[in-house]
Order: sequence, then structure tokens, then C-alpha cells
Amino acid sequence: MAAGGNEAGMLVWLVMRLWGCIRDTFLPWRRTKAYQRSRVWSHMAWIGADSLPIISVISACVGIILALQSATQLEKVGALSYVANLVGFSIVTELGPLLVCLILAGRAGAAFTAEIATMRISEEIDALEVMGIDPIRFMVWPKFAAMCVMAPLLALWGDAVGITAGGVFSTLALGLSGKAYFLQTAHFLTMRDLLSGLVKSAGFGITITIVSCWQGLLAREGAADVGRRTTRAVVQSIFLMILLDLFFTALNYIFR
Amino acid sequence: MPGRLESPEITLEGVTVGYGERVVLSGVTTKLPGGGISVILGGSGCGKSTLLRNIIGLVPIMSGSIALGGRDMAAMDAAERLAMRRRMGVLFQDGALLGSLRLGENIALPLREHTDLSDSLIEEVVRLKLRLVGLADFMDYFPSELSGGMRKRAGLARAMAMDPAVLLCDEPTSGLDPVTAAEMDQLVLELKATFDMTIVVVTHDLESLYAIADHVVVLREGRMLFEGSLSALAGCDDPFIRQFLGRRPARESRVLPETWEALVARRRELVAAGRAQGGSRC
Repeated sequence: MAAGGNEAGMLVWLVMRLWGCIRDTFLPWRRTKAYQRSRVWSHMAWIGADSLPIISVISACVGIILALQSATQLEKVGALSYVANLVGFSIVTELGPLLVCLILAGRAGAAFTAEIATMRISEEIDALEVMGIDPIRFMVWPKFAAMCVMAPLLALWGDAVGITAGGVFSTLALGLSGKAYFLQTAHFLTMRDLLSGLVKSAGFGITITIVSCWQGLLAREGAADVGRRTTRAVVQSIFLMILLDLFFTALNYIFR
Repeated sequence: MPGRLESPEITLEGVTVGYGERVVLSGVTTKLPGGGISVILGGSGCGKSTLLRNIIGLVPIMSGSIALGGRDMAAMDAAERLAMRRRMGVLFQDGALLGSLRLGENIALPLREHTDLSDSLIEEVVRLKLRLVGLADFMDYFPSELSGGMRKRAGLARAMAMDPAVLLCDEPTSGLDPVTAAEMDQLVLELKATFDMTIVVVTHDLESLYAIADHVVVLREGRMLFEGSLSALAGCDDPFIRQFLGRRPARESRVLPETWEALVARRRELVAAGRAQGGSRC
């Protein structure tokens, strides 16, 4: 690949090429080939549908844990009914997007890196170039597009499951009214809370894809490097997601 | 699909290639004739695969020039380079088939990217290409389900997908048993006879060399040692080429610091010492 030898150069090159793909998608005269569209769909199915079980289980557990933890404290001040507010707000603005994207970093991000690194080492990327097929458009763009769509949708799903699990638990174990719980959650949460969570998850998804694909493209030295790059991709994705989360939360606080 | 044009000759003029400080190829000048099979021969690490990658355009050259059909590749703009690549088919050493796609999808990929053929027509072309390499029944297999020889043949079918004018093969027979290697050579000869294309084969397989070569280039340590026909190669009196063609190992080992006899004697001493200590076997 024509990109520069250093890692930062490769990152800049990758982002520029991705930007070209985004631009081309919205230019009416740049027709996307049918097989490329089907690659986006298949990635969406893999990232989205296949991640649902694990995301559902973890989101449900987190909803119950939050209900339990908040109930312990709120009970002391006689404000048990506020469990709904706490669970709903924490999940929608923070834990839902973050947990879903942590799972995506481990599941999809690691797979992206391993796939691209293996393709690099086994000359598959060279073969694509020789065939006159842009490797970024072929390999990275479908992952990027699928992640941009699926990360917010999965976060939305995680929010719903977490809040529902928290509500069911509060009804069964804490003796709160189920109807009151869900009405209070709906009343308390604003569209801004929901949007802030969705924007965060989209940002996390973009981060995961770029970091994972970048690390995959940097692979050079055989099977051991695939493992090294995969580990590095997951760690860097998580680190950057936390930083991005801090940034988004601070921004949300400043412009509250 | 673009029609296949004439079989162009490939001209290399003072090609020098390096990675950082290390020079891999130095001043290679040769002309690989159009419509023939040129074999680039040499030992491991002599730079022959790098030379192939230079011709394909995957590795940039430090100095010199490479021209395809008289057109300097360095002077081409992006569109011309893309058009030039579409006239080239490349067989990589291990086939380099995309592991996530079935065999049929692998071969259809360049057709889907560069043509507006209907799906049914693409499938027809894919079947034809697979029949050409004897893999018509394996269209729905993944590359991992095929043997090494089958993967190479499938790689050849993909290289032929766009009816290229130039076919470049990197070690097409390496890792294959003699029968499969001979079949591969036969396939290359048949492709040349049928499609009249320029074929460049990088190899260190002498059987392949004698079976397919019209023109031979011998490289040694990044420099061109010989260029000419197979009969001229047979008459060449360069000691390296004589040794390479004769495949005679040097009597004195140049790899090991001691002679085999000394090593065997040393091992016997160690075994005896181990037994004397009542220890385990060596």
C-alpha cells in the first residue's frame, strides 16, 4: 500500500481515504456497486444481530445492578421511588453506550484487526490492489458504515433492555409499581439525554473502527503480529472511548 | 469487459530497489519479450519476487524505469495506472485468495468491480475460468477448504478473470509435489498457447524452468547475472549458474563452521559423557 511507513502517517492516510469514501457515497454520480452495498449489509448483520444476545444479557445485568445499588442508598433517605430516575439516566446517558461499545470493541474491533492483519500478511491486500480494487473501500468502508449505523442502534437496544430489567427487578424485589416506574422514567428522561447517548455511541463506533482497521493495516511480521495488533487495537479503542466519553460528558455539562 | 490488447513487452532499465539503507536490486536492465514466457531465476532472497512486485507496481523503485509496451509506468497518472493494472493478472505465491469469499466470489470480484456485466453473465465467466484450471466443481468452496495446489490454480483463474495481456506468477510451483507442479507448468504453457499473452514467472524450480521458459533472467544477490534463451543458459560458464543448474552441493560446507565429521564426533563425545553420568539419552 502506498501509505507512509510510520504509524501516524498510516492513520492520517486511512482517515483521508475514509473521508473520500464518505464523500463518494453522497455524490450522486459515484454509483456504489451492488456487491459493495451487500458487504455493508452483511457487516451490519454481523455487528448488529449477532451482538444482540451478549448485549442484552449485559445490559439487563447492569440495569439490575444499578437498581440494587441505588435502592440501597435511596432507601436510607426515603426516596426509593427515585430508583427509576437514577437507573434511566445512568443507562441512557452513560452506561448504555459505553458498555455496548466496550462489547463491540472486544467483539467486532478485535475481529476487524485480526481480519485485516491476516489479509495484509497473506498478500490479500496486495491482490486487491493488483486487481484495481481500493482496499479501503473494499475492507474498511463496509465496517465503518455498518458500525456508524449499528453502534447507536445497539446502544438504544441496550438502553431499553437495561431500563426494562431495572424496572422488572424494582417491581419484583423492591415492591415499586411497574407502571409508576416506567412512567417516571419516561417523564424524567429528555430527548437531549437520549441524543447525547446516541451521539456518544456513534463516536465510540467510529473510534473502534478506525483504530481497529489502522492496527490491522500496520501488521507486518506474521502470526505473532496479528495477536499483538489485535490486543493493541482493543486497548487503544477502550482508552480512546473513555477519553471521548469524558469529552462528551464535559461538553454536555457545559452546554446543559 | 475491456478487450485484451496486444501482448506487450516489459522493459526494465537500470532498476534499483531498496528498503531503507538496504539495496535489494541494483541496476537491473532487461527486456522481457511480449508473447513469451520469461522466467526470472535465482536463489532465495536474491530479489526476484521484489522485481516482480516492481513490475506490478506494489513496490516503488529507487531509480531506473519500468515500461510496459513502451509506456513508462512512472509517467502514468492514477487512471492510466489503474487501466494498466487491469491488463495485468498476478498469481501470488500462495494464491492470495480472499479467505472470507468463496472461490466463485473471489474470481467474480474483479469482474464485479470493473464491469457492468449481469450476475448471470459473471457467473458464466467464473465457471469458464474455473473450468480452465480444472476447478469447475469447487465454485462454492472457501479457499481454506482447498489444497495448496488447488489454491494456486484458483489464484491463476482469478488472475485470468479480466483476460489480461500480461500474466505475472510468483513461484507458481513452490510447495507443490512434482506431479501437481508439472500440471501447473502445463497450465502456464496452455495459457500462453491459447491466449498469446506475455507471461513472467519467478521461480527457483529448475523443472519449471526447462518446461516453460522462452527467455531467462538469472539474478544473484540483487544483480542480473544472465539474460538470454534457455539454450544460451545451458552454454553459460558462470560458476554460480553452473552450480545452480547442476544443483551440486559444495563438498565443503559453507554454512556450518565445522565439518560434518567434526560435528558427528562431537555428538558422540556428548552421548558418551551422558552415558558415563548415567544420564538420559542424547
